Amino acid sequence: MALIDALQMISLSDPGMVRDLNEDSIELRPELGIAVLADGMGGYNAGEVASGMAVSLVAAGLAQFWNAATLQTLDRKAAILLSQTVLQQQVQAANAAIFSKAQNDAECQGMGTTLVVCLFYDDFITVGHAGDSRLYRLRNDVLEQITRDHSLLQEQIDSGMLRKEDAHLSNNRNFVTRAIGVDPVEEAEIHTYEVLEGDLYMICTDGLFGLVADDEIQMTLGALKANLDLAAQQLIQAANDAGGTDNVSVILVRAIKSFAVK
Amino acid sequence: MSKLILSFEGTMLKTVDLNKERITIGRRPDNDIQVDNLAVSGLHATVTTVLNDSVIEDQNSTNGTLINGELTQKHLLKHGDIIEIGKHTLRYVVETATATPYQEFAKTMVIRRPDAAAHGAHAAHAEHAPPLTHAAVPAPRPAPAAAAPAPVLSREAALKILTGSAAGRILDLNKSLTTIGKAGVQVAVFTRRPVGFFVTHVEGDVFPLINGESLGTQARQLNDQDTIEIAGTKMIFIYKT
Repeated sequence: MALIDALQMISLSDPGMVRDLNEDSIELRPELGIAVLADGMGGYNAGEVASGMAVSLVAAGLAQFWNAATLQTLDRKAAILLSQTVLQQQVQAANAAIFSKAQNDAECQGMGTTLVVCLFYDDFITVGHAGDSRLYRLRNDVLEQITRDHSLLQEQIDSGMLRKEDAHLSNNRNFVTRAIGVDPVEEAEIHTYEVLEGDLYMICTDGLFGLVADDEIQMTLGALKANLDLAAQQLIQAANDAGGTDNVSVILVRAIKSFAVK
Repeated sequence: MSKLILSFEGTMLKTVDLNKERITIGRRPDNDIQVDNLAVSGLHATVTTVLNDSVIEDQNSTNGTLINGELTQKHLLKHGDIIEIGKHTLRYVVETATATPYQEFAKTMVIRRPDAAAHGAHAAHAEHAPPLTHAAVPAPRPAPAAAAPAPVLSREAALKILTGSAAGRILDLNKSLTTIGKAGVQVAVFTRRPVGFFVTHVEGDVFPLINGESLGTQARQLNDQDTIEIAGTKMIFIYKT
């Protein structure tokens, strides 16, 4: 089945209750199975510039190099390999472009962004990420965090200093250890997973999971998966009801049917 | 900057800045904080600090470490915590120089390492490579109170089912989200928010009825005694006293 018919993709973004600017950016290319989300950082409106450049450059780059003509000749294994290569190349190219802009434009000095890029094809998902925006998957009504944050907090948990349950008490919640556009060379962490019919994928910024607990997210997605727009509205409302201290953005992708390439 | 204030029977003995990754507390003289008392073990506890987080860990001491009166093995310290070791107390204090608006200090910062390619490096590296924050980004501050859990709604509400096989049942709306209806036919969700209770249409070609009127696609706040009809079942919304 064609991607556009097999996948339902929606997104919603909100500045939250405290901030004037929304520095999150989202781009969807449902016909190509591409979903990109970025959470920018930096003074003035530079965060917005960084996240906006990241999603548009990566989406456009993927659209150019990930096309039907190329894929036609490849088997599934080769397609997975190509998805990882192309994704990494596009993230690196976006990194270089954002870094260069930050170097050459005084107003953009020091800007950077987190990034999550998902590429759906032939019943697999290839995800690349940098920073502390996340990909989750709801399968059989159980929510699982797929990406591991590149953050100081995650390292504290990994090293045994902090328990995961205490993460919300930490004062180190706003330090990322990897970001796009901050150093001349940077890459995404890339993995590929099988997609099953009925899977619901959620890409989101820390404005959501920082304020809304995972079991609450699981309950919301489980209860409202039949209406993705409402599910996204409900999640953002929950973040805002909990203080809305950050921009909050959500992409939901539901695999309605198999999109295997025969 | 955070610090520990050592006191004995109400008298302040000394103040120690938590300016290195690991600080030891114990009876032996080689400890960073020496507490010369027989109730204190040679090496009694350690405090590990990474940027704004400090964790105290008891080192299998004979008499244990109390945090705010409770025997504790490991604990993420928060401002004002009282640590008891024998008859000595240590108070954990976070100094915030000036009040900074939340938006300023909540901004995300990037920690860069000397070798930018060394991904997945251990947290301990933070000690060797202090975080490089950008010029436009202020120094980190403790997490704000604004990140506290949402206010708990004080009023409780329920649905009383009037018709169908479940007639007479009372359904408490005690979760943040309650869905009602038949999947694929007509489903509505009741949401509990700090400002009140709402009902929203989830799926189905026909919308639920609220006091006889079609709900439509928008969320609607519920009032006491509103009647609701979902998938042929009538119910009434009631606020509990």
